[in-house]
Amino acid sequence: MLLQVFALLGSMPLSTQSQSESDEYILVASLDNARNLSNILKAISFKDHAIFNATQNGLKVTVEDSKCLQANAFIQADIFQEFTIRQDVIGFQVNLTVLLDCLTIFGGSTVPGVSTALRMCYIGYGYPLTLFLEEAGVVTVCKINTQEPEEPLDFDFCSTNVTNKVILQSDSLKEAFSELDMTSEVLQLTMSPSHPYFRLSTFGNSGNAHYDYPKDSDMMELFQCTKTQKNRYKMSLLKPSTKALGLSCKVSVRTDSRGFLSLQYLVRNDDGQICFVEYYCCPDEEVDEE
Amino acid sequence: MDCVSTGGNVKVLAKAIHSLSRIGEELYLEPMEDGRYQAPPDQAFHCKMPIKSVQAVFRSLSSLERSVEKCRIQMNSEKSRLTITLHCKHGLLKTHNLSFQDCESLQAVFDKESRGNVLQAQPRLWVDTVLHFPPSLEEVCVSVSGERVWLKNHVEDDADPSRAMMTELCLSSEEFDHFAISSQNSITFCLKELRGLLTFAESSGLPVSMYFDDPGSPVVLSVSDSVLEANFVLATLSEDSHQHSHSNSKAERCKAQPPPDDFMSDDMDSYLIAMETSELAVPSYEPAPHPCSTNHRARLSSTRQEEEEEEEEELLDRPPSKKFCSLFFGSVLPASTQLTSQTTRSQEVLASDSEDEGEKE
Repeated sequence: MLLQVFALLGSMPLSTQSQSESDEYILVASLDNARNLSNILKAISFKDHAIFNATQNGLKVTVEDSKCLQANAFIQADIFQEFTIRQDVIGFQVNLTVLLDCLTIFGGSTVPGVSTALRMCYIGYGYPLTLFLEEAGVVTVCKINTQEPEEPLDFDFCSTNVTNKVILQSDSLKEAFSELDMTSEVLQLTMSPSHPYFRLSTFGNSGNAHYDYPKDSDMMELFQCTKTQKNRYKMSLLKPSTKALGLSCKVSVRTDSRGFLSLQYLVRNDDGQICFVEYYCCPDEEVDEE
Repeated sequence: MDCVSTGGNVKVLAKAIHSLSRIGEELYLEPMEDGRYQAPPDQAFHCKMPIKSVQAVFRSLSSLERSVEKCRIQMNSEKSRLTITLHCKHGLLKTHNLSFQDCESLQAVFDKESRGNVLQAQPRLWVDTVLHFPPSLEEVCVSVSGERVWLKNHVEDDADPSRAMMTELCLSSEEFDHFAISSQNSITFCLKELRGLLTFAESSGLPVSMYFDDPGSPVVLSVSDSVLEANFVLATLSEDSHQHSHSNSKAERCKAQPPPDDFMSDDMDSYLIAMETSELAVPSYEPAPHPCSTNHRARLSSTRQEEEEEEEEELLDRPPSKKFCSLFFGSVLPASTQLTSQTTRSQEVLASDSEDEGEKE
């Protein structure tokens, strides 16, 4: 069974666990507001399974699709009210859909002042991930089975190899993404030091469409394009990134010499703290550069 | 063709497209010589395309209002391509290249000015009236006489009269901005198209005019101001050319007969009492067994805007003439008993008690 859930009524603060129990955990992460974790995980929840990787710096959650797309969510240690780790690196894999269901088990309503508190604990290899969730005096304990973590893909995307980079305010891209012609199989990205500078194109049943962002637009915070590049990416792979875009206030778009795409989203959580989500995507086909 | 629309006009254009999308599946565009078009005289081309493609360009009215500053539409007949460019805030440029098919020019043959009957009212009046009919209702019947207009739902001849709900509204001529009736008349046409026009008219705040003659000839619904004109030409159900054989019903045969002017005092109660106890002529139509010639196709004509011309085509293939049921406000008569003159009959007002599901005739 993937999951065991226990619900306890009555006031039982999450901190009152026996000392011996606490000693067993190699990872303990607590949040006063579980939404600071669940919201960002929703931005990468296009597949069922996620790889968790915890270090001193915090938590990194990875989701992949078809060996062509990878999404990572970074929640730094200082976002958590408590973040204790007893190994250098801890890795496990869980069902992300189940995890999100547990994190939002109290319904996820946004009544001001009321939030779900979370204490996430892990004993180690072979043990389930234990979640203690509390809201308004009601405590729920969830134990989610963990699996051997798969090795995440290495897209080998390094900043030294970046050909073109722009940073845009998310609002303008949000509109474009919501209007994208879904009958188009690909999304073509053109980045160039000259016109059209930054262009998103679709090729659908009724015709094609282009969204052009000039380099001097006030939505463009940074424009560093060295070479004209046109790359196509599968629409089905990129469409899920719309969720991350929706949460973010800024996005950086980078392509490297191979045409690989890196999208990095700056997300502010409920408390105004910054987290990051990034998407890596392989190009669909070679398009001759002009 | 190359034309530009700016500011709030873009939203009007978008609303026109959305309104037309409720009528048919294809959009016809035809630049005209007048106005500010730049159609070269030798380029007499016309195009049609699926309306959904154009609708997608103008999908979100709120985002259009918020961010679009200018809309440019160019037609390239060589490549059969229509290019719509939206210039938005922050320098964002959205370009849509849509392919179209060449086609013959469509022109509806009608002259609304020559129609015998004209009604004009603010869109709010029409909207409030139409609101009373169920959304699923396909056809509505408009009858005029003297100082009154009735609207009622049209019921299929094969509908079970005991289960059909009849709705009838009566409007006084005073409610209309313009009321010119040449003769008593009654026409039936598709409500869906009327609703489509009303959505557009209401948002533009322009009065809606209805021009019509006898049943069978088209009704023209029109909205216009200094920069645009919209004409929706709809087919109406034609009258039966053959009379029904078992024709005990004489007077009610083909023409609409208005109810007596019991609305003078606007006293609903007394009207209902009168209905139940006395013989009253009511608007009714005689059913005929022979389907008459299928209704002709009506072609809708242009919605002209400041710099944009569109034509839509409506192919209305109506089934052959239907039987009309005699109607009372709130009560229903089975078709078979319509034969006799409408003398004393016991009728029950079926619609009076909406809570009671177990109504019987």
